[in-house]
Amino acid sequence: MNILTVSGARKRYGSVQALDGASFELRTGELLALLGPNGAGKTTLIRAISGRVRLDGGEIRVFDQPVAAGRTPRVLGIVPQELAVYSLLTARENLEGFGRLHGLAGAELSKQVDWALERTGLADRASEPVKQFSGGMRRRLNIACGILHHPRIVLLDEPTVGVDPQSRDRIYVTLAELAAEGVSLLLTTHHLEEAEARCSRTVIIDHGRVIASGTLPELVDQTVGRHRLVTLRLNAPLATDQIPRLRVEIDPADARQVRARMTDVATDLPPLLDGIRAAGGAVDDVEVRGPSLQAVFIHLTGRELRE
Amino acid sequence: MLTLLGIGWKNLKRDRVAQTLTFVLPIVFFSIFASVFGGRGDDPTPRVSIAVVDEDQSEFSRRVLEALGKESALRVRAAAPNAPALDRPGAERLVRNGDVPVAVVIPKGVGAGFEERGFAGSGTSIVLLADPSDPVAPQMVQGLLQKVTMTAAPDLMMQGGMKQFERYAGALTPEQRKSVDDWIPRLKADAGTPGSGATGGAPMSMPVQVIDVMRTDDRKGSLISFYAAGIGVMFLLFSAVGGAGGALLDEAESGTLERLLSTNIGMTGLLAGKWLFLMLIGTAQLTVMFLWGRVAFGLPLFSHIPGFVVMTVVTASAAAALGLVLATLARTRAQLSGFSTLLILTMSALGGSMFPRFLMSETMQKMGLITFNAWALDGYLKVFWRNAALWELWPQVLVLSVLAATFLGLARLLARRWELV
Repeated sequence: MNILTVSGARKRYGSVQALDGASFELRTGELLALLGPNGAGKTTLIRAISGRVRLDGGEIRVFDQPVAAGRTPRVLGIVPQELAVYSLLTARENLEGFGRLHGLAGAELSKQVDWALERTGLADRASEPVKQFSGGMRRRLNIACGILHHPRIVLLDEPTVGVDPQSRDRIYVTLAELAAEGVSLLLTTHHLEEAEARCSRTVIIDHGRVIASGTLPELVDQTVGRHRLVTLRLNAPLATDQIPRLRVEIDPADARQVRARMTDVATDLPPLLDGIRAAGGAVDDVEVRGPSLQAVFIHLTGRELRE
Repeated sequence: MLTLLGIGWKNLKRDRVAQTLTFVLPIVFFSIFASVFGGRGDDPTPRVSIAVVDEDQSEFSRRVLEALGKESALRVRAAAPNAPALDRPGAERLVRNGDVPVAVVIPKGVGAGFEERGFAGSGTSIVLLADPSDPVAPQMVQGLLQKVTMTAAPDLMMQGGMKQFERYAGALTPEQRKSVDDWIPRLKADAGTPGSGATGGAPMSMPVQVIDVMRTDDRKGSLISFYAAGIGVMFLLFSAVGGAGGALLDEAESGTLERLLSTNIGMTGLLAGKWLFLMLIGTAQLTVMFLWGRVAFGLPLFSHIPGFVVMTVVTASAAAALGLVLATLARTRAQLSGFSTLLILTMSALGGSMFPRFLMSETMQKMGLITFNAWALDGYLKVFWRNAALWELWPQVLVLSVLAATFLGLARLLARRWELV
């Protein structure tokens, strides 16, 4: 079931077309990665879903209800890119404050605060002022404040920026637990390997338009194809006349490293090894890599710098 | 070293706000303060408003009051059309209410005594009913009274002087009498012209009695309340702007504003909450200031609690609302800081926080009424100096409440930029 549907969203700021007909949907209990280069329109899209941007065209529906500009649907939980917490307050005080503003009170509020602290691994630091927290702890508290009121959909704008691998792991464990409970999560990130490993689906946006969406295998099929990249490290550079015959690429930074694309590694790799041996070379190391989200992303958005 | 100078110069050259704060703001302040404290070409002297009461109804009293009316430094407050002439209790009321700082009363018998004996012991003094919160006006009116009694009735003074002479030195000869009688009409004709009159003679002066109509038991303490209010209101504005502006802009920057707006509270609720908090903080701030005034300087706070509470609450409400307007108007902290400093210091200078308004030129006094400070200070002055009843504070309460409501409405309108983009 699509609990969030974005259809043809358009928004222009002066001469900049921030959203140019973006469309996608979020399904129940999925962790959807919204990827795109800087300035692609990700944050505008997140803000539009939360009712903070008045669209020039298109529509956003949450549980089949149109999102009214200026009014955040109550089923949404927002985790902004900024660390939106009060640093002089303790973690518990922050959560209690935002919880009350979300309409929680009494025993329910206490229960939810404890739950959010537990979920984000902050229970033992709940009484410390946030200013004493590390970047990772603040990020986790930022998430706790966004999920405290049991939203059905959580929007997370770069939730793992600037945190160590341990905190990052904890954050994704929390998000996976929420997804397992049926909460739908949409997150933006520039950590493509994270999106690849942790998210069930990916939407790639560029110039305000969704240019691809699907699971990683679907995206690979749509773009770079399912070949493997085989990298061989030789004991010495190959003779120049051998290269066309072996159909390999030489790494421009290191002549002893060659690459080849193979659709079927089991069939194509042995002849290549034989060819190298016959040309007088010796192989020190072999690395076989499948198509990555990084490759898909670069394929779709290009290598040119955007800013 | 040169590299650092270069970096500093480039930063300054590209930062418009820093340039404005460095070069334009001081000039703007200078101009405002020069206007407030120095007066300007066409309006150099503050005019003192006075009320006059003629109990004597003599030729002398008529001429003195007429001459006072012609003095450029004075503005004689006339009785309302068709109203009876002002009497002494009416004049005292005007002074007590702060409508005029001084009332001149010429009691019965002054004119007769003057005509009989000149300045030499007329026995009855001219009375000045004064409000000592303005220390300058009574002195000024006293000086002008001496001048006009000399210049307005030299003939009467001569007649009185000659009568006094004859009383102690014997009658004049017929020739001397004729000569004096010829001279007196000339003196009368010269009356009121500058430089005329017996100004170069012996130390003679019209006896004047100054009465403090406020009858303040604790004058020093009451004056302290004026300064407590002046400084208190100025810093109330600074803290309201710093608190509200800083908080809102910080919240916008840190993302908490976005988060707050995604809750059930909404922008109206958010602004109302901020306003209430700032109002309570402002009330506490003024209370602490007056309590300190009570402890350290003997300010009579506890005998004026109801008036103090009313004025403090409405003043803090309006200041908090103004803080919200400035906060929603500014885009950055630098803008907020520059603009609010300019506005607050200007309002404080014009409104009497730094320098009593009654000592300013008339134009500046009128201009002061557009400021928030002037109304707040007038209210505190009524409470602590004039011992006004609560209902008498209605103009100040009304104006400050309307200002607070207007500011809140404006802030709500301006805050729309945070709600939707």
